[in-house]
Amino acid sequence: MDSTQIPPAVGVAGSDRPRLARHVRLSFCRTRKRPILQLPETVVVLNGSGADILERCDGRHTVAEIVASLGARYETIPDEEVRQFLTRLVARRCVELVHG
Amino acid sequence: MDSPFGLLAELTYRCPLACAYCSNPLNLADYSDELATGEWRRVLAEASDLGVLQCHLSGGEPLLRRDLVEIVAAAHDLGLYTNLVTSAIGLSRRRAEQLRTAGLDHVQVSIQADDPAGSDRIAGIPSFQRKVEAMGVVKKLGWPLTMNVVLHRYNIDRVADVLGLAEEVGADRVELANTQYYGWAWRNRDALLPSRAQLDAAEVVVRAARERLRDRMDVIYVLPDYYSRYPKPCMGGWASRQLTVTPNGDVLPCPAAQSLPLPRASVREDSLERIWAESPVMTAFRGTDWMP
Repeated sequence: MDSTQIPPAVGVAGSDRPRLARHVRLSFCRTRKRPILQLPETVVVLNGSGADILERCDGRHTVAEIVASLGARYETIPDEEVRQFLTRLVARRCVELVHG
Repeated sequence: MDSPFGLLAELTYRCPLACAYCSNPLNLADYSDELATGEWRRVLAEASDLGVLQCHLSGGEPLLRRDLVEIVAAAHDLGLYTNLVTSAIGLSRRRAEQLRTAGLDHVQVSIQADDPAGSDRIAGIPSFQRKVEAMGVVKKLGWPLTMNVVLHRYNIDRVADVLGLAEEVGADRVELANTQYYGWAWRNRDALLPSRAQLDAAEVVVRAARERLRDRMDVIYVLPDYYSRYPKPCMGGWASRQLTVTPNGDVLPCPAAQSLPLPRASVREDSLERIWAESPVMTAFRGTDWMP
């Protein structure tokens, strides 16, 4: 709908504590068999690792802690990819950062 | 064929306002035989099975439906993200609390302008003060709030003040929606269409506001097709992502499609699944095969 969204000025730091924005719901779509984010005007269809990251975004754990906890589950979850994923969602206002 | 993500549930075309840009059909009387509560429950369940994840409860004024709380509860129980699109007339504290309890996720309130006299003149009734109060209730109950303003020749020059009001009421999103010229707005286009210069001036204000407010508020600005380089793809593709159910149960790919000479499809006569997959109103312009 809106093609001129402004990207955030800075990326996500390891010490930031991400959380889902208040108007966003993490859920599962039975029809598509995929995890999703529900927002007032859009739906974001996620892959499994995206959902794993967002489930850990509770405003208490830092990005570094989330990466570490995912490392126990996946062979490789590069820190850089997690931060890029969260940066994109911050730009879309799906995720908010509590600066650590 | 894709599964739809969103359902626009037009619960009624009755409305206390009389805006000249209304996109509802001209033949409003044809839609007075409204779906009953049980029929809406069935439509919502079938929509959910089809893959719908968002439900926009709209109209007309959806608060005029006495069963709105029940309809919200039914949508919520199906896991749909529920969005009330309202003029806020009839959104008392008590009604708001009932809707909150029923699981309503988000509220979008329309205002017609940022100043009481201008807003009331466009709406056709004294309503501005009640809208501002209702937006206060929405925020108090902890809902995310979108403030929507339809822009046209008579209010687009005040877009900075409109944004100021959105800040004042604590909106999380503001939709500055230029009039789309369908229905009544098409009939009234000579009175409503702004000039290119008015649009350019508004765009400068919107860009600056976006930058200034980016940590606090989403600023959505929708250009009228008239002044876009190319018209938008309808609803992100005809019968691809969204569907509309009108107050009497007609199913459409978008609200404006009612004006096209295509056979009707109604939830009173068929399942939503079959209508989505097979009815001519859905298949007529789906994909690109229909193009010459």
